[in-house]
Amino acid sequence: MTFRKWILFSGYAAFLLFSYIFGFAPGREIGKNFATFGLYMLKILPPVFVLIGLFEVWVSRETVERHMGRTSGIRGYLWAVLLAGTTVGGLYVAFPVAYALYNKGARLGVIFAYVGASAVCRIPMTVFEASFLGVKFTAVRMLVSLPLVLISSALLGAYLEKRGYRISDGSA
Amino acid sequence: MWLYPGVFLLLLFSWFMDRERTYKAVKIAAKRFLKILPAFIEMLILVSLVLYLVPDRFIAEYLSSKKIFTATLVASLIGSITFMPGFIVFPLCGILLKKGVPYMVLSAFTTTLMMVGVLTFPVEKSYFGVRVAIVRNLISFLIAMIVAIATGIFFGEVSL
Repeated sequence: MTFRKWILFSGYAAFLLFSYIFGFAPGREIGKNFATFGLYMLKILPPVFVLIGLFEVWVSRETVERHMGRTSGIRGYLWAVLLAGTTVGGLYVAFPVAYALYNKGARLGVIFAYVGASAVCRIPMTVFEASFLGVKFTAVRMLVSLPLVLISSALLGAYLEKRGYRISDGSA
Repeated sequence: MWLYPGVFLLLLFSWFMDRERTYKAVKIAAKRFLKILPAFIEMLILVSLVLYLVPDRFIAEYLSSKKIFTATLVASLIGSITFMPGFIVFPLCGILLKKGVPYMVLSAFTTTLMMVGVLTFPVEKSYFGVRVAIVRNLISFLIAMIVAIATGIFFGEVSL
């Protein structure tokens, strides 16, 4: 952990402690927000990382390369969208999964497509959205966003692939 | 929530198949989680501050602006800089829709909320690096705007 983060974390902790001791209302509300969203993420992140661990030991590199690697063609993008459909949480879950895919030999375009698609077409979220805003609303959003996500991901992936870009293990 | 029991069953199954591998999987999981944890804490700090500064009632008020294009732009900016799980966002949007907020505005709000991650930036940059993370977010913002405009046209709220 960097020095900057230590300063940030201890400053924040001191601020919350001060707020609770002296009854500073905004600070207490911020603390409550931290606890609420911290708990929400605790419901999701640990099992997600266990799944990533299981993926790393059980799925072979050849399988991922064949389906999502350089020679996978359009099929790689299909897998990206299917995998994204089953993703939980949101973008912050997609990033560590993206690294796991990268680590196993998926190509960059497919990885960016997975990240983008997991933002817009997670199945549970889509169903929930349609129930509040209507099927038409959801259909328009999916039909417009998904092709744009796929095209821009393929372009960005191809560009970065040429420049020798690498996804980091989370320590960048 | 099915996630914990589901993953537990998978873990159990994996353990019956191969103990060594399963230990390794758990070790990888713990190592990766600890590596990214500081970035997640940084993200949570940002979320706790921004949600204090931009509360739900503020969002409801700004999305209800009479001028549709202003409201759309404001909605996309708020959507970009906040963080909300779906079970809060969509009920909120349902209420706003009943209050007469246009679909285009709601589309700009929900789509940027899903695709653009200013608050998740600490996590994103840890994997993708600062430059690619910025580029990905800019592209996502652009796509969200296109989606919003398409929604507005489809629902007849704006015309070409």
